Amino acid sequence: MLVFAVKRFGVAVLVALTVSILSFSMMYLSGDPAIALAGEGSSQEDIENVRRVYGFDRPIIVQYGDWLWNALHGNLGHSNYLKSDVASVIFERLPTTMLLGACALGFALVLSIPLGVVAAIRPNSLIDRVALTIAVIGQAMPSFWFALTMILWFSITWRLLPITGTDSWKNFIMPSIALGYYVTPAVMRLTRAGMLEVLSSDYIRTARAKGLRPMTVLFKHALRNAIIPVVSLAAVQFGFMLGGSIVIETIFAINGLGFLAWESILRADLPMMQAIVLVLSVFYIFLTFFADMLNAFLDPRIRVA
Amino acid sequence: MTDTVSTERPAQAQVNAEMMEPSPGTLLRRRIFGHAGFMIGAVVLGTIFLMAILAPVISPHDPYDQVLARKLIPPIWHESAKATWEHPLGTDHLGRDYLSRLFHGAQISLLIGFAAMLISGVIGTTIGVLAGYFGGRVDMVVNFIVTTRLSMPVVLVALAVVSLVGSSLTMVIWVLGLLIWDRFAVVMRSATQQVRNLDFVTSAQAVGCSTPRIIFAEIMPNIANSLIVIATIEMAHAILLEAALSFLGLGVQPPEPSWGLMIAEAKGMMFFDSWLIVIPGTALFALVLAINLLGDGLRDVTAPENRN
Repeated sequence: MLVFAVKRFGVAVLVALTVSILSFSMMYLSGDPAIALAGEGSSQEDIENVRRVYGFDRPIIVQYGDWLWNALHGNLGHSNYLKSDVASVIFERLPTTMLLGACALGFALVLSIPLGVVAAIRPNSLIDRVALTIAVIGQAMPSFWFALTMILWFSITWRLLPITGTDSWKNFIMPSIALGYYVTPAVMRLTRAGMLEVLSSDYIRTARAKGLRPMTVLFKHALRNAIIPVVSLAAVQFGFMLGGSIVIETIFAINGLGFLAWESILRADLPMMQAIVLVLSVFYIFLTFFADMLNAFLDPRIRVA
Repeated sequence: MTDTVSTERPAQAQVNAEMMEPSPGTLLRRRIFGHAGFMIGAVVLGTIFLMAILAPVISPHDPYDQVLARKLIPPIWHESAKATWEHPLGTDHLGRDYLSRLFHGAQISLLIGFAAMLISGVIGTTIGVLAGYFGGRVDMVVNFIVTTRLSMPVVLVALAVVSLVGSSLTMVIWVLGLLIWDRFAVVMRSATQQVRNLDFVTSAQAVGCSTPRIIFAEIMPNIANSLIVIATIEMAHAILLEAALSFLGLGVQPPEPSWGLMIAEAKGMMFFDSWLIVIPGTALFALVLAINLLGDGLRDVTAPENRN
């Protein structure tokens, strides 16, 4: 287990370093960052000044090392637009996005696990087919359009839910559904496949032969084992949702990281963009790392491989 | 044929039985036409494809032509005196004919979806097949690249890069194509791994075929069906991403009639004129659903285990 963990952690750190190089190089995508910062039509002297003050005159490798060193110490740079420390703004907004992600994941799991279980108990039944149809239809719906359609019905036609803001729990209902429904088909299929496999195994037959109640067999014996792969899928999807929340947060004006990302992209606030990409990626990398560890802990067969 | 005949002349009976059996082509055709999802997907996609190709001919108006005197005319099914057959789907806030914009928007969605899928397909298939065929170190490196790519949020990176390099149709295609090759790589890798140890590959190696020959002539034909399925999934994915990018204002730029952009432009008017988001949204939904159904159908129809 320890060897597996150390190896896996080493890969995670390497991936994180590669991502940091990629997000650092975003600065040079649009050409000379000094010209971009000084603004259009500024004199050569101004540009040289900017270049010296921001340190763009140093070799790129030194700039990257400096940037990484600062990032590792929690200093993600200074926002060009907000004129404040990037890290503090990000960590101020992060909890909202985390909360949204958690609600969305909760919605997805509550919907998809029971559906997957029912579909596995009666494969090819009406419920199974309906669940699969919903999955196919759901995956074809653009999330932003789904969100707008919900607003149209629940907020405008029936006046049940608030459209924007984060004042009460009611504000989180529509965004969570809009963000979470996309994950449901995957979780449902995995639960269904896992349950089908487990239900045909010997120990389930033994449990049934002992005369245990069907519900006990289903939930205590079967679901426990069938759910293991769902744990790591849920972790991975949570990471994806944080990245995908940019669309949903923009629509519902939720003041989280996604909205911040959109604002800083529109303002061409490069340090902020770089930092958000870095933070979300690193978060995802370590999320999948912990998911793998949890999986290996739950399922001893994985540790050997 | 009777039993007596078959016992007397078994060889002839077998030939007759084989002749009675439908040919593989007929069987394939039967499976295709018997697959409801595949047929629905094919018909809808075909219709949208025709809409896109014939857009310049069948559009009743110029999609860019603004007539402010005729703005926000509702579609014909709307109970409004303003609804007119001259604009069957109504007009937008600038008085542009919505039906014509819808037809021309189909061109953009299909073009971006297909081109981005092609780019990502070439990248993903190349590295996936290499990883699956050579294994070992190559596999480790590819695995690392795929993990790195997966850890970066697609929408965010696409938005950031497009905003830095400038948003145009070509740029959107390239950015999406360079971002979404991960599924191609993962699936092609495992498909190649399954095929590469089969006997015909080993014998090709034994005969002394060159590696490119083995990959193109022996392996590729046998993983082609998974490739086609992934290609449809990624085309749908690219279309949805383009719509999201355009919706956020960083994809296709006005006045181009991208469906995502049409929804974004109508967002402010959805309280009063909800058809403005319903129409392009439904079109987008129908297109993506059709591609997904077609992909699922192709998988079912071409899978060897469904041949009997």
